[in-house]
Amino acid sequence: MKRFVHSVWKWIDDRLGIVELVGPSMKHLVPHDAGWWYVFGSATMVAFIIQVVTGVALAFSYVSSSSQAYETLLFITNDAPFGSFLRGMHYFGASAMVLMVGAHMAQTFLFGSYKFPREMNWASGVLLLGFTLIMGFTGQLLRWDQNATWSVVVAAEQAGRVPFIGDWLARFILGGNTIGGATLSRFFAIHVFLVPALIFLFVALHLRLVLRHGISEPPTAGKPVDPKTYRQKYAKLLEKSGHPFWPDGAWRDFVFGTGLIVVIVLLALLVGPPALDKPPDPSVLNADPRPDWYLLWYFAVLALIPARLEGYVMILAPAVIGILLLVAPLLNNRGERAPSRRPWSIAVVVLSVITIGSLWIAGARSPWSPNFDPVPLTPQIVGATSGPVFKGAQLFQEKACLNCHLIEGHGGRRGPELTNIAAKLTKNDMTIRIVNGGVNMPAFGAMLKPQDIEDLLAFLQTRKIQRP
Amino acid sequence: MNESNVNHFQPCHTPTPKEVTRRRFFETLSIALGGVCAAMLGVPVVGFVIAPLFRKMKDTWISVGKTGDFGIGKTVNVPFPDPSPLPWAGITAKGAAWLRRESQGQFTAFSVNCTHMGCPVRWLPNAELFMCPCHGGVYYKDGSVAAGPPPKPLVRFEVRVTNDRVEIKAAAIPITTKL
Repeated sequence: MKRFVHSVWKWIDDRLGIVELVGPSMKHLVPHDAGWWYVFGSATMVAFIIQVVTGVALAFSYVSSSSQAYETLLFITNDAPFGSFLRGMHYFGASAMVLMVGAHMAQTFLFGSYKFPREMNWASGVLLLGFTLIMGFTGQLLRWDQNATWSVVVAAEQAGRVPFIGDWLARFILGGNTIGGATLSRFFAIHVFLVPALIFLFVALHLRLVLRHGISEPPTAGKPVDPKTYRQKYAKLLEKSGHPFWPDGAWRDFVFGTGLIVVIVLLALLVGPPALDKPPDPSVLNADPRPDWYLLWYFAVLALIPARLEGYVMILAPAVIGILLLVAPLLNNRGERAPSRRPWSIAVVVLSVITIGSLWIAGARSPWSPNFDPVPLTPQIVGATSGPVFKGAQLFQEKACLNCHLIEGHGGRRGPELTNIAAKLTKNDMTIRIVNGGVNMPAFGAMLKPQDIEDLLAFLQTRKIQRP
Repeated sequence: MNESNVNHFQPCHTPTPKEVTRRRFFETLSIALGGVCAAMLGVPVVGFVIAPLFRKMKDTWISVGKTGDFGIGKTVNVPFPDPSPLPWAGITAKGAAWLRRESQGQFTAFSVNCTHMGCPVRWLPNAELFMCPCHGGVYYKDGSVAAGPPPKPLVRFEVRVTNDRVEIKAAAIPITTKL
């Protein structure tokens, strides 16, 4: 039996040339000390494979029609066997892909692996990062709930700022003049065919380049990259101490990749897929569009940048960052690779993580958004059941002050907290602010009667923390 | 079983100038045909994909209710059907506007899209303010900017009263802000 199987395999391999095709790639030599730092690239690939497999499975039931997509998602989530699990896998697989591509990029940058002769490895990786983020955004839209439809409008508005062709781009994103039948199907085509095809293409290129130039050896301080001698030194290193990728180098990739899959499976089982929002009815306006977590930091950027810089940040910043990342190896493709000799590289990575992390936290809290359902002030907080203070408290809630201001844990965070405002502002100061407003506060002078203002002031003047 | 699968493409002699010319002709022909094929495929594909850019919105007046349905000084959300939906648009073949009755015969219709990022603004009737849930833009009842990042007032739709019915002229989602 064994001989028969062997003979069949030999026949198949002879006709297809599998060993000839794959063998050299599997057996190519890699530096013996390429350790756990090198697993993030293959982990990104693992996450992408999960996305392909779960995505194809979901496509068996998903209908990319504006009228039916939401219903098919309800079916997948609530009725289809393993549907909720697969959606969860697809969501956490996407999250893993974003995280792993980020980790892979940071490691490559810190190790100086983008330097000669691997400049194009880096550039193709940068494009793959961009494709991954596009997949993340378009994937969120395929949920085709209320959040998704309004996110399309937000994307169109941003594209509209591009000089000269902005309006065309916006109409292209919308699939016409309004949200409608053409909107979802084009995002489906982009998410399922166009961008995955590009990812396959660039992954193939990326892997081809990895094989062509070899896996970079871990950096050593005092051993700078010199394009004139690097290739010879690298070849000697492999000749002297390299070991075959399969299995000596690959086992770590398999261990880490398996761990990643286990984490994704557990999250899909225990946390489940992202909840569906309300149906995608553009005439229902109680919507609160938010991107998925991996773009929350950008949501925060749009809220925090000064208005006069907004358009430039929105359009130019991604373009400048993208171009800088693409050309980074051309600007600095030689010299030291060790992070200890390139402290600025550590600073860049740490600063990027801190910036994106801080923006992410800000985006998750989004204090700039009004609270449309504030918990009403209790009688204990108001401190009166009649008279000007009581009336002022009622006005404070009716006139939507509570939507933006926090008092003893109740209300919004759009404006300053007013729990102790009486200790900070005089009655006159408060009057000026209420009547004239400010950058982030409407002027209520024309909307309130003088008596209303007096009542409001009476209430606000009681907002003082009593020190024991 | 163990057959050789190696092909050999070794030129058997040095090409003559005539052969070089012939070979160059074949190269040019093949590349040109490739270009023609790409154009035959590309032009309709690109045209098909970007067609929505050129789809014009019909000038359609849509009735949103009788005049008596709207109280003077009140602002309400008026949903309306997309005048030219694609057959499979389903629930998305709808739009909405904020309609304000200013006086007996005067109505104002606002786009529901915040001029900052297009998010749907909400009307807070007691405060008489429109508020945006995304980045905190606020507008007064006349649509002018009251606070926050919106660079422009709410876009207005054309509105008219015909035979005691309030009609709004369907319009595209306003792409309001430029660089």
